[in-house]
Amino acid sequence: MARVGVLALQGDVREHTSMLERVGAQVVAVRDAEQLDDLDGLVMPGGESTTIAYLLTTSGIRPVLEKKIADGLSVLGTCAGLILLAHEILDGRSDQWSFDVLPLSVRRNGYGRQISSFETMVNVKGVGEVPGVFIRAPKIETWSDDLEVLAFHDHGDGEHPVLVRRERIWGCSFHPELTNDERIHRLFVDAM
Amino acid sequence: MSSSHDSSTIGSALVKRGLADMLRGGVIMDVVNPEQAKIAEDSGAVAVMALERVPSDIRRDGGVARMSDPEMIQGIQAAVTIPVMAKARIGHFAEAQILEALDVDYIDESEVLTPADEENHIDKWGFTVPFVCGATNLGEALRRIGEGACLIRSKGEAGTGNVVEAVRHLRTINAQMRRLQSADANELFALAKDLQAPLALVQEVSLSGKLPVPLFCAGGISTPADAALVLQLGAEAIFVGSGIFKSDDPERMAKAIVEATTHFRDAHLVAKVSTGLGAAMKGIEMASLEQRLAERGW
Repeated sequence: MARVGVLALQGDVREHTSMLERVGAQVVAVRDAEQLDDLDGLVMPGGESTTIAYLLTTSGIRPVLEKKIADGLSVLGTCAGLILLAHEILDGRSDQWSFDVLPLSVRRNGYGRQISSFETMVNVKGVGEVPGVFIRAPKIETWSDDLEVLAFHDHGDGEHPVLVRRERIWGCSFHPELTNDERIHRLFVDAM
Repeated sequence: MSSSHDSSTIGSALVKRGLADMLRGGVIMDVVNPEQAKIAEDSGAVAVMALERVPSDIRRDGGVARMSDPEMIQGIQAAVTIPVMAKARIGHFAEAQILEALDVDYIDESEVLTPADEENHIDKWGFTVPFVCGATNLGEALRRIGEGACLIRSKGEAGTGNVVEAVRHLRTINAQMRRLQSADANELFALAKDLQAPLALVQEVSLSGKLPVPLFCAGGISTPADAALVLQLGAEAIFVGSGIFKSDDPERMAKAIVEATTHFRDAHLVAKVSTGLGAAMKGIEMASLEQRLAERGW
């Protein structure tokens, strides 16, 4: 059984926890660095990226997690989690840092403020159509060729990746955890 | 390669409630200018509430409290990257229309402002922007949800720096939900009548044991210990108004409350962040209050 942490500093931790349990993972809530030990994977939930980044620093998790990621920990970041994994953050705070493990640039609230938040169906490679819930969602604007794009979405301004992967690191602009469809969580856990 | 084309839906219940879900475990701070908004964001706030006067000043100054000047709201939107909420008067759907036109992320139909309608709240279903409303008990919470609120905050008593009413309202809502959970199906009709709440929502709470939308806490939180208290009583996030910018050292207080909200069960950590904070806001004892804001709205 895969042992998967959910970063539980802020955001929709509960929804990710129940999705991971549905696909058969043993779930650990991670609020301090010791709780990162012996994990096969980690989910960084949706929430506010500035808040989660602040709490990653104050809790002492940041340097330990950096090392775990370098040592091969699988990570899935949704929404705020995607921002935290990105190489470059556009429209963020001037001092906003990230783990820089996905070769892409992402624009915070790139799909607009809350009034523009939307639901749509997203066609995921090897999975099929899944419901996509985009909430003040980050938009992937540029990406490198060695990034595997599992799904694109065209929101009227051309195709942008919305689910991506490079080796063990996965990023998602939308919130698979807010729906009843656990297939993206299954894909992540099965790949560990 | 897979792709999806645009046939998307905005303003659905899922995306409205979804933003509230993203704020869980966080602190939403009242701010009156862009400088305070920056301090809030620097300190880890998940959102800011843009308003002209914090509740303790509204209480002190008296007069009619209204929606904020759009210029002030836009200044705050430009200053921060986190969601910006703003308050409309109870029943004042035109103020809400203006706030929606300004692209605020959440509207608080709030008893802190002077009510515009003494019978009706806003029909919130007609808006794309989501609403948060206050409640002192379960019936009030379910009536607001019936009107389309996507987030409930226990009201507490804003501007007092006294957490006693927030505790009362949270405990009341939770006790009434436990009562519904233990009721059999035949009792729910009479319980809905007693609560003056929509039957379908009463039945839903009876099955799930929780509100159909997130439950946050507001009104009187002014220390990290207050935050840890209401989180342990079941609040999923907190609104802090006067408690931060009326304290001695707002930035330190803001950071301490943010950390206490995340690590609310870790008493050692809450002790550490509470140490040497300087004075919290002075606060008011309930018996000396001339006006109870929580009695506004019904």
